Amino acid sequence: MAYKIMEKEELSSDVKLLKVKAPLVAKKALAGQFIILRIDESGERIPLTMAQTDKEQGLVTIIFQEVGKTTNQLGALEIGDEILDFVGPLGKPTHVEHLGTVICVGGGIGVAPIYPIASAFHKKGSNLISIIGARTKKLLILEKEMKEISDQLYVTTDDGSYGFHGFVTEMLQKLIDDGLTIDMVMAIGPVPMMQAVCKLTKSYNLKTMVSLNPIMIDGTGMCGGCRVSVGGKTQFACVDGPEFDGHLVDFVELRKRQGTFRNQENKSTKKYDQECRLKSKL
Amino acid sequence: MVRQEMPTQPAAERVKNFNEVALGYTSEQAVTEAKRCLQCKKPRCMKGCPVEIDIPGFIAKIAKEDFLGAIKHIKQKNSLPAICGRVCPQETQCEQLCVLGKKSEPIAIGRLERFVADYEVQQGNIEIPKITSRLNKKVAVVGSGPSGLTVASDLAKLGYNVTVFEALHKSGGVLSYGIPEFRLPKSIVDREVEYIQKLGVEIRKNFVVGRLMTVDELLDDSYKAIYLANGAGLPKFLNIPGENLIGVYSANEFLTRVNLMKAYLFPDHDTPVKIGKRVAVFGGGNVAMDSARVAKRLGAEEVYIVYRRSKEEMPARKEESEHAEEEGIIFKFLTNPVEIIGDEEGKVAALKSIAMELGEPDESGRRRPIPIKDSEFVIEMDTVVVAIGQGANPLVGSTTKNLKISDRGYIIADEEEGQTSRKEIFAGGDIVTGAATVISAMGAGRKAAIGIDKYLKNRS
Ligand SMILES: Cc1cc2nc3c(=O)[nH]c(=O)nc-3n(C[C@H](O)[C@H](O)[C@H](O)COP(=O)(O)OP(=O)(O)OC[C@H]3O[C@@H](n4cnc5c(N)ncnc54)[C@H](O)[C@@H]3O)c2cc1C
Ligand SMILES: Cc1cc2nc3c(=O)[nH]c(=O)nc-3n(C[C@H](O)[C@H](O)[C@H](O)COP(=O)(O)OP(=O)(O)OC[C@H]3O[C@@H](n4cnc5c(N)ncnc54)[C@H](O)[C@@H]3O)c2cc1C
Ligand code: SF4
Ligand code: FES
Repeated sequence: MAYKIMEKEELSSDVKLLKVKAPLVAKKALAGQFIILRIDESGERIPLTMAQTDKEQGLVTIIFQEVGKTTNQLGALEIGDEILDFVGPLGKPTHVEHLGTVICVGGGIGVAPIYPIASAFHKKGSNLISIIGARTKKLLILEKEMKEISDQLYVTTDDGSYGFHGFVTEMLQKLIDDGLTIDMVMAIGPVPMMQAVCKLTKSYNLKTMVSLNPIMIDGTGMCGGCRVSVGGKTQFACVDGPEFDGHLVDFVELRKRQGTFRNQENKSTKKYDQECRLKSKL
Repeated sequence: MVRQEMPTQPAAERVKNFNEVALGYTSEQAVTEAKRCLQCKKPRCMKGCPVEIDIPGFIAKIAKEDFLGAIKHIKQKNSLPAICGRVCPQETQCEQLCVLGKKSEPIAIGRLERFVADYEVQQGNIEIPKITSRLNKKVAVVGSGPSGLTVASDLAKLGYNVTVFEALHKSGGVLSYGIPEFRLPKSIVDREVEYIQKLGVEIRKNFVVGRLMTVDELLDDSYKAIYLANGAGLPKFLNIPGENLIGVYSANEFLTRVNLMKAYLFPDHDTPVKIGKRVAVFGGGNVAMDSARVAKRLGAEEVYIVYRRSKEEMPARKEESEHAEEEGIIFKFLTNPVEIIGDEEGKVAALKSIAMELGEPDESGRRRPIPIKDSEFVIEMDTVVVAIGQGANPLVGSTTKNLKISDRGYIIADEEEGQTSRKEIFAGGDIVTGAATVISAMGAGRKAAIGIDKYLKNRS
């Protein structure tokens, strides 16, 4: 059984959205969970968050940034193409409850995984404030979608090309300074961003959850490759997470471990680029 | 007459490839070896076989050059002979009990089993047994390792509709992701899986039970009974400082990258693995030997087995540790790792260990290793593979209502028929016993098939 691509959209120059037919996965998926896919027989298994699910149509939406071989190859697939393996839902779902005020912070591609979580808090009737950021306007994704579900939405860009000029943390600081009562912060994005958010919220003792993205293989707790240190204890992000109390996470270790295969990844991406160029010449 | 030697790839050559090490008997060798068998009236060898293969029976057929007859005979009891012939620890089972072993060397039962299984494949016509009765009853199996495959094939032959649910994208369990190509070629595992599918068993891959559907949901759906064979796939760590450094793998991760994801073919296959010049493997079992031998083949210059007891206590199969030694693996016995030292980038730089001596026997009957004071020493290292054992993965057990689990996390099941605290749920293999052997996992599957059949017949 292969998994067919039913819809495709370009959200920005290097961010793509695919809707994949996977009815059973769609039926079971909850906010905060992810899938692991493998495009073809020689492919790598990579984890991607389910940004949305359509239980009636049996579709799972994935949104990804093209950063290396596999995500580029995935981005080159078209409607009607098939993905060989698509397994999920994986990971523990977000603990969603009615809270007074929740702030969801999404940075870069992290807006994609924060969207279903923000939606879930919104559906529970919490006061949802969202902060989404990107390096520059062109790279901003899901603004409209986030606006629809948020009671208030703040947009930031690092270069000031759109919205608030600055980092998401600066916006968050402003909200704290305004004296807002915040029950929980949820932050997803590049590791340095999550780390910065946690540093800030820790000084105010604001509960903060983050979703971690270590390198994974099986996603079932079998390999231990996804281990992260949380509160000094080793946890497997694929089964114990991916969400953890951000104040306890060892971000420095996570960042280093993410770089384990950098040389090989570069080699693989280069090879893929060359093959693509050759093909387009033919 | 002496026991026939197994032809192997020379060590100097085989460390450069992932092809099978042991090459298998020729028909002449097989017949010669088979003729050594005394055809005992009360064959001791059979007592050592967990699935009670009629050993003298199939050996007699080989002696008469009836190779297809021999394999048919084996298959009555063992549906995975090409695999068992390669990976069973015969030296502690059938061959250990063989009467010839007292005076000279035991019959090479495993090699003969392998020979006839391979012979059948080369002939091309694998016989698929006719399934005479169709019961129209569905049974679910969780996990497609040797235990799950065995129960599935036995139940299919009895006429049940069997579906196997497998979390990974490939069937076979440890046979696919753990045991390396050079010891068990994946084409053999694929072949056995195909055979089981031809019996009518459906295998649904990419299906994580406990996440996509729970055991209870499967039972509610339409399955009348379920067999849990999800294995002992949780990697253990030593919990020493430095275990999360870059370059430290669990054996499961290391072997999965290489075997399941074919990282040895990188960049033609996308999954990478990084190895460096000096590799330390912690542990003394089959998993440790496999990891060390894989590391060598990936190009490591020095590969160490770091084991806290002595050679005699090593749980690895003798053939494996001998092959490892031939391949230049360096054994550091009576050595216990205490810290993995990293560089400023967070990569493994060295291993600090302590020397051990053996004291009084412990509960396992083996002499307990005790650290020798002030004997710490440091060896430079790039890579560490932790192969000190596996535990129970809680995913299935913890999502199933009222299922009794032991303190150590294993599912509690009746030894005879595999029934658990819930009568419609059966379990066997590593998830019940803890990490054991292929053949014991199969044996549990075989018994559970009988148990499940009985349970379902009594119910209706
Ligand atoms: C739980 C989880 C959810 C994620 N959700 C999303 C998402 O919704 N959208 C998105 O764009 N990205 C997501 N990621 C990250 C995504 O998996 C990686 O970007 C992707 O694997 C890169 O693969 P590549 O071959 O294109 O790049 P490569 O060049 O191979 O790698 C680039 C970087 O990606 C990371 N990476 C590589 N291989 C893996 C792997 N097997 N598992 C995890 N990370 C890896 C590494 O840090 C690496 O340095 C998620 C990661 C995790 C763990
Ligand atoms: C590296 C290595 C070398 C070994 N060498 C030998 C040897 O030489 N000889 C020998 O006799 N034994 C050996 N063993 C031990 C032997 O492989 C195991 O005892 C045996 O495979 C156990 O079989 P099993 O069917 O119980 O489980 P496994 O083989 O572990 O299979 C379990 C299956 O269940 C699947 N699964 C797990 N969770 C879920 C879930 N939630 N949903 C769906 N599916 C799930 C897994 O993906 C896996 O495919 C070795 C083990 C290892 C790791
Ligand atoms: S014990 Fe040895 S000699 Fe006797 S039947 Fe078994 S294999 Fe043959
Ligand atoms: S990805 Fe293998 S244990 Fe988490």
